[in-house]
Amino acid sequence: MSANHPNNVEKDKLIQELGYDDHFHEHHHGDKYQTNFLTTYIFSQDHKIIARQFLITGIFWAIIGAAMSIIFRLQLGFPDADMAWLRPILGHWITINDAGIGRLDPEFYYALVTMHGTIIVFFVLTAGLSGTFSNLLIPLQIGARDMASPFLNMLSYWFFFMSSVVMFYSLFISTGPFSGGWTAYPPLSALPQASIGSGAGMTLWTVSLVLFVVSVLLGGMNYITTILNLRTKGMSMWRMPLTIWAFLVTAILGLLSFPVLASGFFLLLFDRSLGTSFYLSDIFINGQALDRIGGSPILYQHIFWFLGHPEVYIIILPAMGIVSEVLSVHARKPIFGYRAMVYSILAIAFLSFIVWAHHMFMSGVNPFISNFFVVFTLIIAVPSAVKVFNWISTLYGGNIRLNTPMLFCIGFVSMFISGGLTGIFLGNSAIDIQQHDTYFVVAHFHIVMGVAAFFGMFAGVYNWFPKMFGRFMNETLGKIHFWISMIGAYAVFGPMHYIGMAGVPRRYYRFDSFDAFKDFDDLNKFITIAAIVTFFGQILFVVNFFWSMYRGRKMTEQNPYGSNSLEWTTPIDAGHGNWPEKIPTVQRWAYDYGKDDKEFIQQHVPLQEGEEPSSH
Amino acid sequence: MIDKNLGPSRYQALRFGLWIAMASITMMFAALTSAYLVRKPAGNWYEFKLPFQFFISTILIFLSSLVIEWAFQSFKKGNENSYKFGILASFLLGISFLGSQILAWKSLTAQGITIDLTVSGSFLYALSGIHAAHVLGGIAALMVSLLTAFLIKFEVSPMRILKFDLVRQYWHFVDILWIYLLIFLILQ
Repeated sequence: MSANHPNNVEKDKLIQELGYDDHFHEHHHGDKYQTNFLTTYIFSQDHKIIARQFLITGIFWAIIGAAMSIIFRLQLGFPDADMAWLRPILGHWITINDAGIGRLDPEFYYALVTMHGTIIVFFVLTAGLSGTFSNLLIPLQIGARDMASPFLNMLSYWFFFMSSVVMFYSLFISTGPFSGGWTAYPPLSALPQASIGSGAGMTLWTVSLVLFVVSVLLGGMNYITTILNLRTKGMSMWRMPLTIWAFLVTAILGLLSFPVLASGFFLLLFDRSLGTSFYLSDIFINGQALDRIGGSPILYQHIFWFLGHPEVYIIILPAMGIVSEVLSVHARKPIFGYRAMVYSILAIAFLSFIVWAHHMFMSGVNPFISNFFVVFTLIIAVPSAVKVFNWISTLYGGNIRLNTPMLFCIGFVSMFISGGLTGIFLGNSAIDIQQHDTYFVVAHFHIVMGVAAFFGMFAGVYNWFPKMFGRFMNETLGKIHFWISMIGAYAVFGPMHYIGMAGVPRRYYRFDSFDAFKDFDDLNKFITIAAIVTFFGQILFVVNFFWSMYRGRKMTEQNPYGSNSLEWTTPIDAGHGNWPEKIPTVQRWAYDYGKDDKEFIQQHVPLQEGEEPSSH
Repeated sequence: MIDKNLGPSRYQALRFGLWIAMASITMMFAALTSAYLVRKPAGNWYEFKLPFQFFISTILIFLSSLVIEWAFQSFKKGNENSYKFGILASFLLGISFLGSQILAWKSLTAQGITIDLTVSGSFLYALSGIHAAHVLGGIAALMVSLLTAFLIKFEVSPMRILKFDLVRQYWHFVDILWIYLLIFLILQ
């Protein structure tokens, strides 16, 4: 196209107006943003800074969410223990009985369980994981200066921050945070008078989650738009690293499912505030019949799980993408079955939308309709198994570096297999009738989407820490952290399968008053002790993280791992815009490891004469 | 849609982003209307006629859509007066739409169909109310366009075309969304 072509003239005008490099020219026009402290570190529009903000906020919430789980595990493992020592922290939620023994308030026990689920699912494993790595890696790995809309990207974080503030505030109100379970089923969530946590706590919970949905939607819009529109020259869809595929599909899932949750919340708010009966019918409180007719809590369950099940994959897909990338880099081998990996991501995403009712086998769903959901639930095992097979095949015969990121990737694969297998049990409605709402379910989802996703997140943090902070995390502490986490997670959730099989129900305040469950007192103690040890293992990570940020070994080379993807072509201390000169043009896929006797060939290296592009 | 001649750019990406946002909003209304369909056969469903104000609203928002399209084409041709008149008219029609919706709700209340009387009524209030909230967003965007039209020197630049185009597309979207909701409610 000639310089005077109308399109070029239009582009030049745009560049003048927009003030930043718009991929039209081969040079960077500079940053249109002022750089004072506030715009650099607080209201930054640089995707790399926003990634750090998401990560540090996620770590903050992870500590709180994990600490909550330790408190309620203490209650379950040692129900007669004196909890008075927690009074300075929990205040009136620790009641002192006549014997001077401190007891955890049962209402607050439920609040802790509810908040633990909400915080970990939404704030840590959605915002902390997807928010961090989508922001960090999308522009860097596709070759873009920043997101399509840096401003909306910044708003995405601050909506998350506001959501966090509201949720945090709800922990301190006199009636306590919401206590009706993270799924917020009506009537506990729809009637302010239903329980102590259903009042202001639930109102704040809902407001917080609505703000969170806005954050997810703003972020997701940006991720999809950036990936589909701002890839550098030569970066075709089939040359993108698997991380980017995973983030793209995750964002699509979020954009299609979170609005459904929002609609459910709107109706819930109407029920709470305007006296409608979308979800309420024939309710009695203290013997008094309420003036509500015609609603159905099952309707809420359908709407909630239409988000809730894709949410599982919103959590696990980014971890899968990270693991695919890190495994390949540190096994020094191309990822096995690249296209199969992409198709399996797409298949999992599609199927995740048509299995939501497997969470409702015990809600009175027609058993014949259940069969449909059983079949599709079990079919999800196929693309999942393809991925597991490909990860193991990537490792097979690889020149494996057993560093911390790699250990966490292997741990992820292990957890995903263990947790996935128990999913096959629960996916069968006939078995689920026995297992529903037992510790078997708790163990299953904690391993497959909790621990596995955390492992993927840890792999990502250890691997890309130098990209974020220009320093390395301590390797020895990292390995100790891995082994405590790996052994600890199995020690916590392994026995839970057993007690779940025996019928021990979840969401009980204490088990020692039931003859049927007395046999499991010792196992509950064991689980609690294992959980405490695992928790302190995570403190190691936090210490390592913040210490390394300032004192870690400095990064001295641009590409320390010998990785092919574009993020390692930027300077060590990349400014806003990522590449000081022109953005590299992509010549090949991201997984040319061990090709033509070269250990690795970066994506921007042109094909040599006679070299065939790698088939994948 | 995407003008392929411009290649990958933020300029194109913003338009694409709007389409994604609209897809997201569509999912929300798909969920609400699905909930309606699931709930209706379960019984305890009170039947009543839609207030005529909803039909007036439809005419108003449809006209507003036509006028904003005319304003957009005028802007691209550099016809300043038509552009200004068009954008003002579509803004006023948008406000009138909201006014007409409020009258419709008042009419429902006057018939005794309050928001908390019956689920069928609650759904009607919820669908039209949540849609009105989205129209309000469009009106805010139209307000910005209006201020731009009357306070900033008239100039046909790609960026201004883009910004106006985004407002126009969103406005058409909330129009189509309302027509879908009305047809849905009539059929039900």
